[in-house]
Amino acid sequence: MRGSVAIVGVGLAGCGEAPGWTENEIMAQAARNALADAGRTTRNVDGLVCASSNVFMTGLSVAEQLGIHPKFTESTCVGGSSFVGHLIPAALALNAGICDTVLVTYGSNQRTGVGRQEAGKFKQALDPLAFERPYKPFNPLTSYALAAARHMHQYGTTREQLAEVAVAARKWAQLNPEAFTRDPLTIADVLGSRMVSDPLTVRDSCLVTDGGGAYVLVRADRAKDFPKKPAYLLGVGAAHWHRQISCMPDLTVTAASESGPRAFRMAGVAPKDVDVLELYDAFTINTILFLEDLGFCAKGEGGAFVSGGRIAPGGALAVNTNGGGLSCVHPGMYGIFLLVEAVRQLRQEAGERQVRNARVALAHGNGGVLSSQITALLGTEETL
Amino acid sequence: MPGPEKIYQDKLAQGSFEIQRCAACSRHVFYPRVLCPHCGADRLEWTAPSGRGTVYSTTVVRRKDADGGDYNVALVDLDEGPRMMSRVVTIAPAAVRIGMPVQARVTEGVVEFTPR
Repeated sequence: MRGSVAIVGVGLAGCGEAPGWTENEIMAQAARNALADAGRTTRNVDGLVCASSNVFMTGLSVAEQLGIHPKFTESTCVGGSSFVGHLIPAALALNAGICDTVLVTYGSNQRTGVGRQEAGKFKQALDPLAFERPYKPFNPLTSYALAAARHMHQYGTTREQLAEVAVAARKWAQLNPEAFTRDPLTIADVLGSRMVSDPLTVRDSCLVTDGGGAYVLVRADRAKDFPKKPAYLLGVGAAHWHRQISCMPDLTVTAASESGPRAFRMAGVAPKDVDVLELYDAFTINTILFLEDLGFCAKGEGGAFVSGGRIAPGGALAVNTNGGGLSCVHPGMYGIFLLVEAVRQLRQEAGERQVRNARVALAHGNGGVLSSQITALLGTEETL
Repeated sequence: MPGPEKIYQDKLAQGSFEIQRCAACSRHVFYPRVLCPHCGADRLEWTAPSGRGTVYSTTVVRRKDADGGDYNVALVDLDEGPRMMSRVVTIAPAAVRIGMPVQARVTEGVVEFTPR
Protein backbone atom coordinates (compact mmCIF):
# COMPACT_ATOMS: atom_id res chain seq x y z
CA MET A 1 0.00 0.00 0.00
CA ARG A 2 2.94 2.35 0.69
CA GLY A 3 3.09 5.10 -1.89
CA SER A 4 0.29 3.56 -3.98
CA VAL A 5 -2.27 6.33 -3.47
CA ALA A 6 -2.19 10.08 -2.89
CA ILE A 7 -4.47 12.85 -1.69
CA VAL A 8 -4.79 15.36 -4.53
CA GLY A 9 -7.53 17.62 -3.18
CA VAL A 10 -8.65 18.89 0.21
CA GLY A 11 -11.40 21.26 1.25
CA LEU A 12 -13.29 22.65 4.23
CA ALA A 13 -16.75 24.18 4.57
CA GLY A 14 -18.95 25.71 7.21
CA CYS A 15 -16.29 25.56 9.91
CA GLY A 16 -17.40 27.39 13.03
CA GLU A 17 -21.04 28.26 12.54
CA ALA A 18 -23.22 27.40 9.55
CA PRO A 19 -26.75 28.22 10.71
CA GLY A 20 -29.53 27.05 8.43
CA TRP A 21 -27.41 24.36 6.76
CA THR A 22 -28.04 20.62 7.04
CA GLU A 23 -25.29 18.09 7.59
CA ASN A 24 -25.47 16.86 4.03
CA GLU A 25 -25.39 20.39 2.63
CA ILE A 26 -22.23 21.25 4.60
CA MET A 27 -20.79 17.93 3.44
CA ALA A 28 -21.61 18.83 -0.18
CA GLN A 29 -19.87 22.21 0.12
CA ALA A 30 -16.78 20.51 1.51
CA ALA A 31 -16.91 17.98 -1.34
CA ARG A 32 -17.11 20.77 -3.92
CA ASN A 33 -14.17 22.58 -2.33
CA ALA A 34 -11.96 19.47 -2.19
CA LEU A 35 -12.83 18.55 -5.78
CA ALA A 36 -12.20 22.12 -6.97
CA ASP A 37 -8.82 21.97 -5.20
CA ALA A 38 -8.14 18.87 -7.34
CA GLY A 39 -9.43 20.61 -10.47
CA ARG A 40 -12.41 18.28 -10.65
CA THR A 41 -16.16 18.12 -9.94
CA THR A 42 -18.55 15.49 -8.65
CA ARG A 43 -18.75 14.21 -12.26
CA ASN A 44 -15.28 12.74 -11.87
CA VAL A 45 -16.01 10.80 -8.67
CA ASP A 46 -16.62 7.04 -8.91
CA GLY A 47 -15.77 6.07 -5.34
CA LEU A 48 -17.58 7.56 -2.35
CA VAL A 49 -16.53 7.27 1.27
CA CYS A 50 -18.30 9.01 4.13
CA ALA A 51 -19.51 8.62 7.70
CA SER A 52 -22.07 10.26 9.93
CA SER A 53 -23.31 9.55 13.41
CA ASN A 54 -26.71 10.97 12.50
CA VAL A 55 -27.61 10.35 8.86
CA PHE A 56 -28.96 6.85 8.24
CA MET A 57 -27.57 4.81 5.34
CA THR A 58 -25.01 7.56 5.03
CA GLY A 59 -23.46 6.37 1.77
CA LEU A 60 -26.83 6.43 0.04
CA SER A 61 -27.80 9.84 1.40
CA VAL A 62 -24.49 11.42 0.48
CA ALA A 63 -24.40 9.91 -3.03
CA GLU A 64 -27.95 11.07 -3.66
CA GLN A 65 -27.20 14.57 -2.39
CA LEU A 66 -24.15 14.82 -4.65
CA GLY A 67 -25.72 13.08 -7.64
CA ILE A 68 -22.98 10.48 -7.73
CA HIS A 69 -23.51 6.89 -8.89
CA PRO A 70 -20.50 5.31 -7.21
CA LYS A 71 -18.84 2.05 -8.20
CA PHE A 72 -17.51 1.84 -4.67
CA THR A 73 -19.23 3.03 -1.48
CA GLU A 74 -17.91 2.76 2.05
CA SER A 75 -19.39 4.33 5.17
CA THR A 76 -17.86 2.63 8.17
CA CYS A 77 -18.31 4.73 11.29
CA VAL A 78 -15.87 4.13 14.12
CA GLY A 79 -16.31 7.60 15.55
CA GLY A 80 -14.10 10.58 14.82
CA SER A 81 -11.23 8.46 13.52
CA SER A 82 -13.38 7.18 10.65
CA PHE A 83 -12.03 9.50 7.99
CA VAL A 84 -8.44 8.51 8.71
CA GLY A 85 -9.48 4.87 8.67
CA HIS A 86 -11.23 5.42 5.35
CA LEU A 87 -7.80 5.63 3.74
CA ILE A 88 -7.58 1.83 4.04
CA PRO A 89 -10.71 0.72 2.11
CA ALA A 90 -10.30 3.63 -0.30
CA ALA A 91 -6.72 2.61 -1.11
CA LEU A 92 -7.75 -1.05 -1.43
CA ALA A 93 -10.54 -0.15 -3.85
CA LEU A 94 -8.27 2.10 -5.92
CA ASN A 95 -5.48 -0.46 -6.03
CA ALA A 96 -7.92 -3.21 -7.01
CA GLY A 97 -9.15 -1.06 -9.89
CA ILE A 98 -12.71 -0.97 -8.60
CA CYS A 99 -12.73 2.81 -8.98
CA ASP A 100 -10.36 5.61 -9.96
CA THR A 101 -11.29 8.71 -7.98
CA VAL A 102 -12.42 8.46 -4.36
CA LEU A 103 -14.10 11.32 -2.54
CA VAL A 104 -14.02 11.13 1.26
CA THR A 105 -16.39 13.68 2.73
CA TYR A 106 -17.97 14.79 6.01
CA GLY A 107 -20.27 17.51 7.30
CA SER A 108 -21.93 18.33 10.60
CA ASN A 109 -24.15 21.05 12.01
CA GLN A 110 -23.49 20.05 15.60
CA ARG A 111 -23.36 23.65 16.87
CA THR A 112 -26.32 25.32 15.21
CA GLY A 113 -28.47 22.39 14.03
CA VAL A 114 -31.96 22.28 15.45
CA GLY A 115 -33.45 19.37 17.40
CA ARG A 116 -30.07 18.05 18.55
CA GLN A 117 -31.23 17.48 22.13
CA GLU A 118 -34.29 15.50 21.08
CA ALA A 119 -32.19 13.50 18.64
CA GLY A 120 -29.78 12.73 21.47
CA LYS A 121 -32.60 11.19 23.49
CA PHE A 122 -33.63 8.96 20.59
CA LYS A 123 -30.05 7.86 20.06
CA GLN A 124 -29.76 6.93 23.75
CA ALA A 125 -32.94 4.88 23.52
CA LEU A 126 -31.56 2.99 20.50
CA ASP A 127 -28.20 2.42 22.16
CA PRO A 128 -28.85 2.00 25.90
CA LEU A 129 -25.26 1.27 27.12
CA ALA A 130 -26.91 -0.44 30.08
CA PHE A 131 -23.70 -0.96 32.03
CA GLU A 132 -22.54 2.65 32.10
CA ARG A 133 -25.51 4.96 31.62
CA PRO A 134 -27.14 4.25 35.02
CA TYR A 135 -24.16 6.06 36.60
CA LYS A 136 -24.73 9.18 34.47
CA PRO A 137 -21.23 9.70 33.07
CA PHE A 138 -21.20 13.05 31.26
CA ASN A 139 -19.92 11.37 28.13
CA PRO A 140 -17.70 11.52 26.26
CA LEU A 141 -15.99 13.94 28.66
CA THR A 142 -16.27 11.78 31.81
CA SER A 143 -14.59 8.84 30.07
CA TYR A 144 -11.60 10.98 29.14
CA ALA A 145 -11.60 12.44 32.67
CA LEU A 146 -11.28 8.92 34.09
CA ALA A 147 -8.29 8.32 31.79
CA ALA A 148 -6.71 11.64 32.77
CA ALA A 149 -7.23 10.92 36.48
CA ARG A 150 -5.54 7.54 36.12
CA HIS A 151 -2.62 9.03 34.18
CA MET A 152 -2.17 11.67 36.89
CA HIS A 153 -2.27 9.00 39.60
CA GLN A 154 0.12 6.66 37.87
CA TYR A 155 2.63 9.12 36.40
CA GLY A 156 2.24 12.34 38.34
CA THR A 157 0.87 14.20 35.34
CA THR A 158 -0.51 17.57 36.45
CA ARG A 159 -3.41 19.80 35.47
CA GLU A 160 -0.85 22.42 34.43
CA GLN A 161 0.61 19.93 31.95
CA LEU A 162 -2.85 19.22 30.55
CA ALA A 163 -3.36 22.98 30.27
CA GLU A 164 -0.10 23.27 28.27
CA VAL A 165 -1.81 21.25 25.53
CA ALA A 166 -4.76 23.65 25.37
CA VAL A 167 -2.51 26.71 25.38
CA ALA A 168 -0.28 25.30 22.60
CA ALA A 169 -3.35 24.55 20.48
CA ARG A 170 -4.61 28.09 21.00
CA LYS A 171 -1.27 29.58 19.97
CA TRP A 172 -1.39 27.59 16.73
CA ALA A 173 -5.01 28.69 16.20
CA GLN A 174 -3.90 32.31 16.50
CA LEU A 175 -1.77 31.71 13.40
CA ASN A 176 -4.70 30.18 11.50
CA PRO A 177 -7.29 32.61 10.13
CA GLU A 178 -9.74 29.72 9.69
CA ALA A 179 -9.62 28.70 13.39
CA PHE A 180 -12.82 29.29 15.37
CA THR A 181 -11.30 30.37 18.70
CA ARG A 182 -8.29 32.68 18.56
CA ASP A 183 -8.43 34.88 21.66
CA PRO A 184 -5.49 34.61 24.08
CA LEU A 185 -5.45 31.68 26.50
CA THR A 186 -3.06 31.13 29.42
CA ILE A 187 -2.42 28.15 31.67
CA ALA A 188 -4.07 30.10 34.49
CA ASP A 189 -7.15 30.62 32.29
CA VAL A 190 -7.44 26.87 31.72
CA LEU A 191 -6.94 26.03 35.39
CA GLY A 192 -9.52 28.64 36.38
CA SER A 193 -12.15 27.63 33.84
CA ARG A 194 -15.29 25.70 34.76
CA MET A 195 -14.66 22.15 35.95
CA VAL A 196 -16.91 19.66 34.16
CA SER A 197 -15.73 16.22 35.29
CA ASP A 198 -12.52 16.24 37.32
CA PRO A 199 -9.78 16.81 36.25
CA LEU A 200 -11.09 18.15 32.93
CA THR A 201 -12.42 21.69 32.58
CA VAL A 202 -14.33 23.19 29.73
CA ARG A 203 -10.98 24.51 28.34
CA ASP A 204 -9.52 20.99 28.43
CA SER A 205 -12.31 20.07 26.02
CA CYS A 206 -12.72 20.45 22.30
CA LEU A 207 -14.92 23.03 20.68
CA VAL A 208 -18.47 22.31 19.61
CA THR A 209 -18.70 23.75 16.11
CA ASP A 210 -20.30 23.11 12.75
CA GLY A 211 -18.09 22.17 9.87
CA GLY A 212 -17.21 19.84 7.06
CA GLY A 213 -14.14 18.58 5.30
CA ALA A 214 -13.28 16.40 2.34
CA TYR A 215 -10.36 14.91 0.46
CA VAL A 216 -9.82 13.31 -2.92
CA LEU A 217 -7.74 10.14 -3.19
CA VAL A 218 -6.35 8.66 -6.42
CA ARG A 219 -3.74 6.06 -7.43
CA ALA A 220 -0.21 7.39 -7.32
CA ASP A 221 0.32 6.82 -11.06
CA ARG A 222 -2.31 9.53 -11.73
CA ALA A 223 -1.40 11.82 -8.84
CA LYS A 224 0.65 14.23 -10.94
CA ASP A 225 -2.25 14.84 -13.33
CA PHE A 226 -3.78 17.15 -10.72
CA PRO A 227 -2.92 20.81 -10.12
CA LYS A 228 -1.63 20.57 -6.53
CA LYS A 229 1.35 18.74 -5.08
CA PRO A 230 0.21 15.21 -4.11
CA ALA A 231 0.44 13.97 -0.53
CA TYR A 232 1.28 10.28 -0.75
CA LEU A 233 0.06 7.69 1.72
CA LEU A 234 3.19 6.20 3.29
CA GLY A 235 1.62 4.08 6.00
CA VAL A 236 -1.59 3.48 7.87
CA GLY A 237 -2.61 1.31 10.82
CA ALA A 238 -5.88 0.88 12.70
CA ALA A 239 -6.63 -0.75 16.05
CA HIS A 240 -9.39 -0.80 18.61
CA TRP A 241 -9.70 -2.72 21.88
CA HIS A 242 -12.91 -1.42 23.44
CA ARG A 243 -15.86 0.86 22.91
CA GLN A 244 -16.87 1.88 26.45
CA ILE A 245 -14.27 3.28 28.84
CA SER A 246 -15.12 0.59 31.43
CA CYS A 247 -13.87 -1.99 28.90
CA MET A 248 -10.55 -0.25 28.14
CA PRO A 249 -7.82 -2.61 29.41
CA ASP A 250 -5.43 0.09 30.73
CA LEU A 251 -6.65 3.70 30.76
CA THR A 252 -3.10 4.98 30.31
CA VAL A 253 -2.35 2.99 27.13
CA THR A 254 -4.45 3.44 23.98
CA ALA A 255 -4.61 1.25 20.89
CA ALA A 256 -2.45 3.95 19.23
CA SER A 257 0.40 1.89 20.67
CA GLU A 258 -0.62 -0.75 18.12
CA SER A 259 -1.86 1.39 15.20
CA GLY A 260 1.18 3.69 15.34
CA PRO A 261 3.93 1.09 15.10
CA ARG A 262 2.02 -0.63 12.29
CA ALA A 263 1.75 2.61 10.33
CA PHE A 264 5.44 3.41 10.93
CA ARG A 265 6.46 -0.09 9.79
CA MET A 266 4.50 0.24 6.56
CA ALA A 267 5.94 3.71 5.95
CA GLY A 268 9.49 2.70 6.76
CA VAL A 269 9.95 5.79 8.89
CA ALA A 270 10.29 6.46 12.63
CA PRO A 271 8.91 9.17 14.92
CA LYS A 272 12.16 11.15 14.51
CA ASP A 273 11.39 11.46 10.77
CA VAL A 274 8.01 13.13 11.32
CA ASP A 275 7.97 16.88 10.66
CA VAL A 276 4.41 17.70 11.68
CA LEU A 277 1.81 15.89 13.78
CA GLU A 278 -1.94 16.23 13.71
CA LEU A 279 -3.29 14.37 16.77
CA TYR A 280 -6.99 14.02 17.54
CA ASP A 281 -7.28 16.33 20.56
CA ALA A 282 -10.86 15.94 21.70
CA PHE A 283 -9.50 16.58 25.20
CA THR A 284 -6.09 17.69 26.47
CA ILE A 285 -5.22 14.22 27.78
CA ASN A 286 -5.46 12.84 24.22
CA THR A 287 -2.42 14.69 22.96
CA ILE A 288 -0.33 13.46 25.89
CA LEU A 289 -1.48 9.84 25.48
CA PHE A 290 -0.89 9.83 21.72
CA LEU A 291 2.59 11.40 21.96
CA GLU A 292 3.46 8.53 24.32
CA ASP A 293 1.71 5.72 22.46
CA LEU A 294 3.05 6.80 19.06
CA GLY A 295 6.60 6.79 20.38
CA PHE A 296 7.43 10.50 20.58
CA CYS A 297 8.20 10.14 24.28
CA ALA A 298 8.20 7.34 26.86
CA LYS A 299 5.02 6.16 28.58
CA GLY A 300 4.22 8.45 31.47
CA GLU A 301 6.45 11.27 30.25
CA GLY A 302 3.88 12.99 28.04
CA GLY A 303 3.04 15.63 30.63
CA ALA A 304 6.65 16.73 31.02
CA PHE A 305 7.14 16.42 27.26
CA VAL A 306 4.48 19.00 26.37
CA SER A 307 5.63 21.47 29.04
CA GLY A 308 7.44 24.73 28.34
CA GLY A 309 5.67 25.27 25.03
CA ARG A 310 7.37 22.31 23.38
CA ILE A 311 4.41 21.57 21.07
CA ALA A 312 3.41 25.23 20.60
CA PRO A 313 4.57 27.39 17.66
CA GLY A 314 8.35 27.77 17.95
CA GLY A 315 8.63 24.59 20.05
CA ALA A 316 10.66 21.50 19.23
CA LEU A 317 7.72 19.54 17.82
CA ALA A 318 4.90 20.95 15.67
CA VAL A 319 1.64 19.42 16.94
CA ASN A 320 -1.89 20.33 15.84
CA THR A 321 -0.83 23.20 13.66
CA ASN A 322 -4.36 24.25 12.69
CA GLY A 323 -5.26 24.77 16.36
CA GLY A 324 -6.73 21.28 16.69
CA GLY A 325 -10.12 20.24 17.94
CA LEU A 326 -9.41 22.34 21.01
CA SER A 327 -9.22 25.67 19.18
CA CYS A 328 -9.78 25.30 15.41
CA VAL A 329 -12.86 23.19 14.69
CA HIS A 330 -14.68 20.17 16.14
CA PRO A 331 -18.06 19.30 14.66
CA GLY A 332 -18.33 15.95 16.50
CA MET A 333 -16.05 13.86 14.30
CA TYR A 334 -12.73 15.64 13.77
CA GLY A 335 -10.75 13.05 11.79
CA ILE A 336 -11.05 14.58 8.35
CA PHE A 337 -9.58 17.88 9.57
CA LEU A 338 -6.39 16.07 10.63
CA LEU A 339 -5.78 14.99 7.05
CA VAL A 340 -6.75 18.34 5.52
CA GLU A 341 -4.20 20.13 7.71
CA ALA A 342 -1.53 17.46 7.14
CA VAL A 343 -1.90 17.83 3.37
CA ARG A 344 -1.77 21.64 3.53
CA GLN A 345 1.44 21.42 5.58
CA LEU A 346 3.02 19.01 3.08
CA ARG A 347 2.09 21.39 0.25
CA GLN A 348 3.66 24.32 2.10
CA GLU A 349 0.42 26.26 1.87
CA ALA A 350 -0.27 26.72 5.61
CA GLY A 351 0.62 30.42 5.72
CA GLU A 352 1.85 31.78 9.04
CA ARG A 353 1.61 28.39 10.71
CA GLN A 354 3.62 26.57 8.03
CA VAL A 355 6.18 24.11 9.36
CA ARG A 356 9.31 24.71 7.29
CA ASN A 357 10.15 21.93 4.84
CA ALA A 358 7.47 19.58 6.16
CA ARG A 359 7.97 16.33 4.24
CA VAL A 360 6.45 13.69 6.52
CA ALA A 361 3.16 14.33 8.34
CA LEU A 362 1.42 12.13 10.86
CA ALA A 363 -2.36 12.23 11.25
CA HIS A 364 -3.73 10.28 14.17
CA GLY A 365 -7.46 9.73 14.55
CA ASN A 366 -9.32 8.81 17.71
CA GLY A 367 -12.88 7.56 17.89
CA GLY A 368 -15.31 6.82 20.69
CA VAL A 369 -13.75 7.21 24.13
CA LEU A 370 -10.07 6.56 23.37
CA SER A 371 -11.50 3.56 21.50
CA SER A 372 -10.73 3.51 17.78
CA GLN A 373 -7.14 4.54 17.03
CA ILE A 374 -5.99 5.05 13.45
CA THR A 375 -2.59 6.38 12.44
CA ALA A 376 -1.69 7.59 8.96
CA LEU A 377 1.64 8.83 7.64
CA LEU A 378 1.67 11.04 4.57
CA GLY A 379 4.67 12.29 2.65
CA THR A 380 5.77 14.47 -0.21
CA GLU A 381 7.12 12.98 -3.43
CA GLU A 382 10.72 12.95 -2.18
CA THR A 383 9.74 10.61 0.70
CA LEU A 384 8.59 7.85 -1.66
CA MET B 1 -34.75 -18.19 28.84
CA PRO B 2 -33.81 -14.56 28.14
CA GLY B 3 -30.36 -13.29 27.13
CA PRO B 4 -27.59 -12.53 29.61
CA GLU B 5 -28.31 -8.81 29.92
CA LYS B 6 -31.92 -9.46 30.91
CA ILE B 7 -30.93 -12.25 33.31
CA TYR B 8 -28.41 -9.88 34.94
CA GLN B 9 -30.96 -7.09 35.28
CA ASP B 10 -33.61 -9.46 36.65
CA LYS B 11 -31.19 -10.69 39.32
CA LEU B 12 -30.30 -7.09 40.21
CA ALA B 13 -33.97 -6.18 40.45
CA GLN B 14 -34.22 -8.87 43.13
CA GLY B 15 -31.22 -7.41 44.96
CA SER B 16 -28.68 -9.95 43.78
CA PHE B 17 -25.42 -8.97 42.02
CA GLU B 18 -24.02 -11.79 39.88
CA ILE B 19 -21.39 -11.84 37.17
CA GLN B 20 -20.31 -14.53 34.72
CA ARG B 21 -17.44 -16.98 34.87
CA CYS B 22 -16.24 -18.97 31.87
CA ALA B 23 -16.39 -22.73 32.40
CA ALA B 24 -13.74 -23.18 29.70
CA CYS B 25 -11.00 -20.71 30.75
CA SER B 26 -12.14 -20.03 34.34
CA ARG B 27 -11.92 -16.26 33.93
CA HIS B 28 -14.65 -13.96 35.22
CA VAL B 29 -16.55 -11.78 32.75
CA PHE B 30 -18.32 -8.43 33.04
CA TYR B 31 -20.48 -7.07 31.47
CA PRO B 32 -22.58 -10.20 30.85
CA ARG B 33 -22.08 -11.67 27.39
CA VAL B 34 -22.94 -14.63 25.16
CA LEU B 35 -19.34 -15.56 24.33
CA CYS B 36 -16.34 -15.38 26.62
CA PRO B 37 -14.31 -12.32 25.52
CA HIS B 38 -11.12 -14.05 26.70
CA CYS B 39 -11.34 -17.47 25.01
CA GLY B 40 -14.46 -17.40 22.83
CA ALA B 41 -16.24 -20.26 24.57
CA ASP B 42 -20.04 -20.13 24.97
CA ARG B 43 -19.99 -21.65 28.46
CA LEU B 44 -20.52 -18.61 30.67
CA GLU B 45 -22.04 -19.46 34.05
CA TRP B 46 -23.48 -17.15 36.69
CA THR B 47 -21.65 -16.69 39.95
CA ALA B 48 -21.90 -14.36 42.93
CA PRO B 49 -18.72 -12.27 43.23
CA SER B 50 -17.26 -11.38 46.62
CA GLY B 51 -18.38 -7.80 46.04
CA ARG B 52 -14.92 -6.64 47.02
CA GLY B 53 -13.20 -4.27 44.68
CA THR B 54 -10.65 -1.47 44.29
CA VAL B 55 -11.20 1.96 42.72
CA TYR B 56 -9.26 2.04 39.43
CA SER B 57 -10.21 5.61 38.51
CA THR B 58 -12.62 8.22 39.73
CA THR B 59 -14.14 11.55 38.74
CA VAL B 60 -16.61 14.05 40.14
CA VAL B 61 -19.24 15.06 37.62
CA ARG B 62 -20.10 18.66 38.39
CA ARG B 63 -23.79 19.45 38.56
CA LYS B 64 -25.74 22.43 39.85
CA ASP B 65 -27.04 22.04 43.39
CA ALA B 66 -30.53 22.68 42.08
CA ASP B 67 -30.20 19.57 39.89
CA GLY B 68 -28.91 17.41 42.75
CA GLY B 69 -25.30 18.55 43.08
CA ASP B 70 -21.99 16.89 42.22
CA TYR B 71 -21.76 13.10 42.01
CA ASN B 72 -19.13 10.42 41.75
CA VAL B 73 -18.46 8.16 38.77
CA ALA B 74 -15.81 5.50 39.28
CA LEU B 75 -14.28 2.50 37.59
CA VAL B 76 -13.98 -0.38 40.05
CA ASP B 77 -11.83 -3.47 39.59
CA LEU B 78 -13.59 -6.44 41.18
CA ASP B 79 -11.36 -8.85 43.11
CA GLU B 80 -12.44 -11.50 40.58
CA GLY B 81 -10.81 -9.48 37.78
CA PRO B 82 -13.41 -7.62 35.71
CA ARG B 83 -13.74 -3.85 35.80
CA MET B 84 -17.07 -2.04 35.90
CA MET B 85 -18.34 1.50 35.90
CA SER B 86 -20.12 2.41 39.11
CA ARG B 87 -20.18 5.05 41.83
CA VAL B 88 -18.83 5.19 45.35
CA VAL B 89 -21.40 6.43 47.82
CA THR B 90 -21.66 7.33 51.54
CA ILE B 91 -18.62 9.64 51.23
CA ALA B 92 -18.18 12.95 49.43
CA PRO B 93 -17.72 12.42 45.66
CA ALA B 94 -14.32 14.17 45.76
CA ALA B 95 -13.16 12.01 48.70
CA VAL B 96 -13.12 8.89 46.51
CA ARG B 97 -9.49 7.92 45.78
CA ILE B 98 -7.84 5.65 43.26
CA GLY B 99 -6.78 2.49 45.08
CA MET B 100 -9.55 2.76 47.68
CA PRO B 101 -10.93 -0.65 48.77
CA VAL B 102 -14.69 -0.78 48.24
CA GLN B 103 -17.61 -3.16 48.74
CA ALA B 104 -20.56 -3.62 46.38
CA ARG B 105 -24.17 -3.24 47.31
CA VAL B 106 -27.34 -3.22 45.26
CA THR B 107 -29.53 -0.14 45.57
CA GLU B 108 -32.75 0.09 43.56
CA GLY B 109 -31.49 -2.33 40.93
CA VAL B 110 -28.09 -0.66 40.51
CA VAL B 111 -24.69 -1.84 41.77
CA GLU B 112 -22.88 0.82 43.77
CA PHE B 113 -19.94 0.70 46.15
CA THR B 114 -19.11 1.88 49.66
CA PRO B 115 -15.64 2.21 51.21
CA ARG B 116 -14.59 -0.87 53.19
